Amino acid sequence: MLSKRIIICLDVREGKTTKGIRFKGNVDIGDPVDMAREYYEQGVDELVFYDITASSDDRGILIDVVNRVAQNIFIPFSVGGGIRNVDDMYSVLDAGAEKISINTAAVLKPGLISEGARIFGNQCIVLGMDAKRVEKSRYIPSGYEVWINGGRTPMGIDALKWAKEAEDWGAGEICLNSIDADGTNKGYELTLTSLISGAVSIPVIASGGAGKPEHLKDVFVETGADAALIASMVHYKNYTVDQIKAYLSGEGVLVRELI
Amino acid sequence: MISIIDYRAGNLRSVERALLHLGVTCRITSNPLEILSSDRVIFPGVGAAGRAMDVIKSLGLDVVIRDVVNNGIPLLGICLGAQIILGESEEDSTKCLNLIPGRVRRFPGSKLKIPHMGWNTIVLTQPHPLLAGIDSRAQFYFVHSYYPDPERDEHIIAKTEYGINFASIIGKDNVVATQFHLEKSGGYGLSILENFSKWDGRVR
Repeated sequence: MLSKRIIICLDVREGKTTKGIRFKGNVDIGDPVDMAREYYEQGVDELVFYDITASSDDRGILIDVVNRVAQNIFIPFSVGGGIRNVDDMYSVLDAGAEKISINTAAVLKPGLISEGARIFGNQCIVLGMDAKRVEKSRYIPSGYEVWINGGRTPMGIDALKWAKEAEDWGAGEICLNSIDADGTNKGYELTLTSLISGAVSIPVIASGGAGKPEHLKDVFVETGADAALIASMVHYKNYTVDQIKAYLSGEGVLVRELI
Repeated sequence: MISIIDYRAGNLRSVERALLHLGVTCRITSNPLEILSSDRVIFPGVGAAGRAMDVIKSLGLDVVIRDVVNNGIPLLGICLGAQIILGESEEDSTKCLNLIPGRVRRFPGSKLKIPHMGWNTIVLTQPHPLLAGIDSRAQFYFVHSYYPDPERDEHIIAKTEYGINFASIIGKDNVVATQFHLEKSGGYGLSILENFSKWDGRVR
């Protein structure tokens, strides 16, 4: 049986891991390579490095981080943030990433999903999606709207419709971030997660809002999420990955435990 | 010296990094003489079967891989490398290398998410030197939409459950292959790679 995955997200800015709340105000919290190694040893299933500067000048710094991570860590990891074309994809994959997460660029130019999938395989292309709860309308029938540019720009696009389209374009996985839940530590947006994971046939990663192990249990038991993204609950050392997994296992959620 | 066959198929560098981490000497190459003079050969790969076979044939590597097997050099296939050693693949209706008789099939699409992506267990159906010291509860990282389906049970070494029970490790004589990514499966993946780096190609 396939285990539920626990994925740790590291936001990287100028070579440092940083953490912000609701996309505003960031503080540096450590070295991404050291943190990645620590989480690997704790038994995390996957890592995501998100380049939050994402300006082309700093791309080299991120590539260096990816390279150093890849030499020490033998689990899958993906890289997102500021990836705009196939050359950007190639450079992070070549540095050792397993997958590429695209968000804003995919909304603006969906052909990038299929182009990446054709060259690197569907399993390589993760659609990152930031969704925010809105009034249901003719344009947003699901009541969830897609936002881009790190949650700064509303697009008037329905999140459910976009998830299905992205699957058709060739995305291999969706990382679904709730803008409302992000940074609150009050739990995942279960309605949104159920809605999207029930509508696509590719794996869905729930993201935004995790503050304690119970939140992961809720998202795995109550929605069809295949994986859950966590950040501050481990970055601030409130929990370790093994503690979270031991709890989930005790609650009957199938996870990979270190033996 | 382990040669990692270079046919421009993705995870070569990840496999190389894992071997370097283990202190095993290796090189990425598509040179027939280098491949045939190595102690062991790894045949990795991600991506689509059709495109992979096209590249393999255009580089003449289909002949080289058969020679590797016939010369008794231990050969390890990983992921796509575990698929295109079978007879044919449903992916792009591709004729494959046929080192082990069988087909590569697509997971039945119903309630299952495809690709099969994440960590899963394996159940050994027969002992194999590569699996020495591997705990039966160990999990490995999979990412694939197609699975190997050898014709004969004797070529199945381990099975994994994902909607169906499929062959997750297959082998025949000096050929062995894992559908999961050894280079991305944490400590146990590295242990299997290390076992391979010492394997003489004999099953018993």
